Amino acid sequence: MNIRSQISMVFHLDKCIGCHTCSVACKNVWTDRKGAEYMWWNNVETKPGTGYPTKWEDQEIYQGGWEKNGDSVSLRGAGKLKGLKNIFANPNMPVLDDYYEPWQYRYQDLFDAPEGDDQPIGRAVSLVTGEPMEVQAGPNWDDDLSGTPDYARKDVNFKNVSAAEQDAMFQLERMTFHYLPRICNHCLNPACVGSCPSGALYKRGEDGVVLINQERCRAWRMCVTACPYKKSYYNWSTGKSEKCVLCYPRLESAQPPACFHSCVGRIRYMGVMLYDADRIEAVASADEAELVDRHLDIYLDPNDPEVIKAARANGVHDSTIVAAQKSPVYKFVKEWKIALPLHPEFRTLPNLFYVPPLLPAMASVGEDGNYDSVNETLLVGVEKLRVPISYLASLFTAGNENKVIDVFKKLHAVRVSRRNSTVGDVSEQQLNTCMNEAGFDTHVANAIYRLTSLCTYEERFVVPAAHREESIEMLESAHDYKGNTGFGFKERPARGL
Amino acid sequence: MLDYLLFGALPYVALAVFLIGSIYRYVFKGFQVSSLSSQFLEGDQLFYGSQFFHWGIIMLFFGHLIGFMVPSAVVAWNGDPVRLLILEFTAFGFALSCLVGLLLLIKRRLTTKRIQMVTGPMDYVVYIVLLLQIISGIGIAYFGRWGSNWFAAVMTPYLRSVFAFNPNVDLIAQLSTSNAIAMLMVKTHIASAFLIIGIIPFTRFVHFLVAPVDYLWRRYQLVIWNWNNKEIRKSRNYFPGKSREFNN
Ligand code: HEM
Ligand code: SF4
Ligand code: SF4
Repeated sequence: MNIRSQISMVFHLDKCIGCHTCSVACKNVWTDRKGAEYMWWNNVETKPGTGYPTKWEDQEIYQGGWEKNGDSVSLRGAGKLKGLKNIFANPNMPVLDDYYEPWQYRYQDLFDAPEGDDQPIGRAVSLVTGEPMEVQAGPNWDDDLSGTPDYARKDVNFKNVSAAEQDAMFQLERMTFHYLPRICNHCLNPACVGSCPSGALYKRGEDGVVLINQERCRAWRMCVTACPYKKSYYNWSTGKSEKCVLCYPRLESAQPPACFHSCVGRIRYMGVMLYDADRIEAVASADEAELVDRHLDIYLDPNDPEVIKAARANGVHDSTIVAAQKSPVYKFVKEWKIALPLHPEFRTLPNLFYVPPLLPAMASVGEDGNYDSVNETLLVGVEKLRVPISYLASLFTAGNENKVIDVFKKLHAVRVSRRNSTVGDVSEQQLNTCMNEAGFDTHVANAIYRLTSLCTYEERFVVPAAHREESIEMLESAHDYKGNTGFGFKERPARGL
Repeated sequence: MLDYLLFGALPYVALAVFLIGSIYRYVFKGFQVSSLSSQFLEGDQLFYGSQFFHWGIIMLFFGHLIGFMVPSAVVAWNGDPVRLLILEFTAFGFALSCLVGLLLLIKRRLTTKRIQMVTGPMDYVVYIVLLLQIISGIGIAYFGRWGSNWFAAVMTPYLRSVFAFNPNVDLIAQLSTSNAIAMLMVKTHIASAFLIIGIIPFTRFVHFLVAPVDYLWRRYQLVIWNWNNKEIRKSRNYFPGKSREFNN
């Protein structure tokens, strides 16, 4: 057992309102710079949709992620031989137009325009070339289905969804969509790290944040290809790749990243997970059908004395172990099992989990013209969900529909149990059936409800500090530095010979 | 006189600038060591240009290296005229690939607006010296046949003399007897080679110094610990006053 700690995340998709506050918070802090204008380390997509960069999920196009290769995995479009062979010009790398050309408006023209008969306009100018341009696409061009099915229809996840089901999704009356906020997953088996020929990408041992050393990046740009989530970006101005840093300066001081902090829907949870690093390769190369289960198995119970002992022996700080015990992520992912990884078939073992969207209950207009909001029509069972299970299975379980249904049974049970407490029109039998199917009682249902809906800041984000006050002890013996501040003298005083 | 400057002095200036400049840039300006890829802004034209150019130049580089390291083997191989032709034509093929690639790259840079935004004066300097180098190389192959044979008699001893700090400029001067054009080509080729070496630290050429060969034997995953929590250093100074040194 080789226990490490990993800062992990849960996004509750039923709560996301698609406001993009997270994206803007991130942009303002990190990527409002030359060469980075097009980057959205955090972006919010509408599903179904083609996403950003366009069709990023289609690995036939982008060749990202790992493939099973016997008992191990190998990179699909990068790696030692494939990568070095393509190093001079990489055919699988997305280019600017796969994202969008960033622009700015010439606002000043509105003020400086001479008096005339026409309304002055501020034209869009490219942030790359500085020339006037026609805006063709943006990072969220398919927002809210963009009012057309053009983007939604091209969603890669429809490959197992029947034509009838697809049509149903786009009927105005039954239209369904949900948001999918995305950041780097700080994976356990990061394809970006594996693909970097110069070893600039690495996973931080202490908390598992995946970073790019800007001094060592040589613009071989293999990580851009290898990351199946397209969360490593190439800065065309500096000649270095960049990615989400999970606001590590904030993490080190026990604060959640900016996108988490600013999330309006409060959909985001962050906590520590303890895992067994010795099992990464075996888990990443599991059969597709077992992939999700094996992935969730790699995270260990932070209350198990054996695990605690092994974690301590491995240098995991006590405060980190305590944080792991209070981790909201552990509850969603391991205890309740209602959060799933995005596209597990990419085999990077992502550490960002999603509670799939049950979608709001929808009242319908009855034959008598009245609004029908009674229990039976409102709380339809899992079978009658508006969004096809096969679609969600393609997103979250590598096609395994039962896994999605299991989660929905639980979410549905929570909903029914709440209906029972607030409206009280649920029969005992209905309640019991739901609870049985979910496999828990009303206490658990209430706990899920609480952490979903009434959670405080402290409950959502349990981030252990990096203990900078102890950092000296981690490198050196404290005895030698007694009475010094920080790391002591940088230079000895000269006393002559 | 010019010969002495170009073949007696320039090599040392170039090598010194190259060594000091590259180490300085690598150690103190790590952020500025990059291949400066522009594929993100334009990928299609780059593909052909860059592939032709790089495979060409890398093969030529290793060809020259072999000629320098084991000239006798090359001469022995050339003993049979058929094999000589095979060698010369392959090398010529790589040279053409290199030239075509470079021309495509130059065309791409001159005609693509987005690429212009990431182009500086040094990019043109690089193109010019490379053009000079490749065209003179092709010129030698054509006018000064067969280079792969006389390389061993002239170039290898000359280069060795340079590295032995006793440059034998006469070796180059002797060449002039036979063919004036070939002579000019050879001289240009040698001088621009040293020029390239000398400007490495100031251009994007630094990128081939950091060619990622070690990737081949590295493990795929890389985990870096900022602190080694398991091994905290033992104190040297449990009893202050006894040994009041400044231990840093
Ligand atoms: C040995 C390993 C080498 C590697 C791995 C390598 C890799 C690269 C890469 C990744 C680029 C960026 C291409 C892009 O824009 O995406 C590049 C560009 C370039 N390389 Fe190399 N290179 C190598 C050797 C060389 C050599 C030996 C030379 C010349 C002496 C050279 C000259 C150039 C030039 C001139 C460019 C700029 C191309 C342009 O944008 O027009 N490279 N190289
Ligand atoms: S999501 Fe992509 S960039 Fe982030 S760690 Fe995983 S492979 Fe790397
Ligand atoms: S800020 Fe929160 S609610 Fe708004 S789009 Fe981002 S994740 Fe969704």
